[in-house]
Parts: sequence; structure tokens; C-alpha cells
Amino acid sequence: MNDIHQSIVNSIMKNPINGLNKVFESRIRLGVMSVLMVNEEINFNDLKQMLEVTDGNLATHLVNLEENGYIKVHKGFIGRKTNTTYAITKSGEKAFSEHITALENMIKGVK
Amino acid sequence: MHTQNQPSDSLQDVKDIKRLMERSSRFISLSGLSGVSAGICALAGASIARFGIFRNYYNLYNLRGSFADSDFNTLKIQLLLLAAGVFAAAFLTAFYFTWRKAGSQGIPLWNHTSRRLFWNMVIPLAAGALFILGMLQYDEWKFVAPASLIFYGLALVNASKYTLTDIRYLGYCEIALGILNMQWPGHGLYFWAIGFGFLHIVYGIIMWWKYERHSPVDSQ
Repeated sequence: MNDIHQSIVNSIMKNPINGLNKVFESRIRLGVMSVLMVNEEINFNDLKQMLEVTDGNLATHLVNLEENGYIKVHKGFIGRKTNTTYAITKSGEKAFSEHITALENMIKGVK
Repeated sequence: MHTQNQPSDSLQDVKDIKRLMERSSRFISLSGLSGVSAGICALAGASIARFGIFRNYYNLYNLRGSFADSDFNTLKIQLLLLAAGVFAAAFLTAFYFTWRKAGSQGIPLWNHTSRRLFWNMVIPLAAGALFILGMLQYDEWKFVAPASLIFYGLALVNASKYTLTDIRYLGYCEIALGILNMQWPGHGLYFWAIGFGFLHIVYGIIMWWKYERHSPVDSQ
């Protein structure tokens, strides 16, 4: 049963033909992951500025990435202001690296 | 199903990933012209010191036939004021060109990359400044120039992790120059002029040539 479940998950998550991850088809999610790959952690405003997106739009995509277990959220405070920071998880790093490899393979024409 | 990724999309995706990784981890708006302008300020300052303040000091010596304490104190104050002025001018002009470049790239000047760069520069520089002030406290002037070159070089090497990596080589040159200066301690002003003037200008021109020549600020 578990195996069947896993294979369904896989087929939803990944494009079966080329190994691309569906989650990263959104440009914003792709952007968030790119930034988090090279920054230990980053706060909401810096991320927003970097990707040039609106609050609501970014928030939605961040929730999606969090639900997929690709990023972790840390809610902190600077004085009284909330400071929410985001960091990549191990599985996020793995998934994104695989996605990049798949993209590169596509470019090289290896399918 | 139109979501099938085409090779052209993949290429665009990989380009975006690279661009974002670079933009988000390093402050890439540091302009070569900032180096040139800082270097010009340093050279101007060195010539004022050499041909203005020092000449004046030695003229007074020739006039009186001996060094007076009051003259030496005036000299010290004039040199410190000049140094502060040169630093302020260099900083402001450097800031201006980098601000302009950041504007043209659409990157905010004060974001997490510039903040990180700033603090990683400030820590070795502040340590160096306190060290030099400590030396002056004991009337030790000989090693001011070597120490400032070495600490500045270390600050640049440290900063290279957070901005264009090329700045590392400028750092190496400043450190080497500072160490060399230890062997000719009386000629600090010349080493200073080379390190803060000449090297900045050379570095700035190379950086401008490498990164900014083909992207004029006004074209965007």
C-alpha cells in the first residue's frame, strides 16, 4: 500500500518524462528556492525585494513550499516587530538540486 | 498539457536561478568608478600632505633652525584633519558611483547583501583604526601607514566573500604593500599614495572595464 501511495505522490510531484519537479514550475517558487540555496536564512521583506513580488503572492507560495517540506519558517522578533525568516530544509535542497539537474539535462538534450 | 517544459524554458529557468543566486548572496553593485574616485581623493590628499603640509613644516624648520614642539603639534593636527577629509571625500564619491550603479540595476542599496558586506568590512577596519589610535597614543608614528594598509587589505579579503570576488586581489596587494612598507618605515606617505591612490585607480579601471563598460548606467 505504501509503495502505491509513494508512486502516486511521485507522479504528482514530478513530471514523469523529464524528472522536473512540478512545485518549481512556478517562477516565484523557483526564485524563493534559488535565494534560499545560497542564504542560510532570509526574512520576508528581503525576499520580497529580491523577487519583486507582492506580499500576498509571496506568502501563498511560501506556504506551499512549507507544506511540501522544502522550507522551514522561523517567527522571531526584532524589538516588537515580527521578523519571519525562511530557510531551506534538507529535503528542499535535495529536491531543488534534482530539479536543476533535470533542467540542465533538458538543455543538453539528454532525456 | 502545456506545462511540458521546453528546452528554451529550461534555459530561462537556469538563467533565473543563477541570477537570483548571485544577486541574493553578494552585493554586486560595487562600481569600479567608486575605486577610481576614492583613488583620486587619496592621491590628492597625499599631494596636499607632501607639497603643502610637510613643505610648510620644513620651511618653518629652516626659518627657525630647529623643530619647535608647537610646530610638530600643528603638523599632527593638520595631518589628522587631512586624513579625515580624504576619508570622507573618498567615501562619499565611492558611495555616489555605487548608489548610481545599484539604481541602474534595480537593486536596493541597503539590503541584506550590502548589510552583510558592510559589517564584514567594518569589523577589520574598526579593529585597525583602534590599533592605530593606540599606537598614536604612545607617539608611535612609524607604523601607521603599514598598519592601515594591512588592516585595509584584510578587510577587503574578508569583504570579497560578500561582493565581487575580484576585490580579493586588491586586498592581497594592499597587505603585501603594508608588509613591504615595514622595511621602509620613513616613507609611509608614498606607500599610502600607492596603496590607497594608485591601486584603487588601477583596480577601479579593471572592474569598470570588466563589468560596466557594456552596460552604461543611462541606457536603462
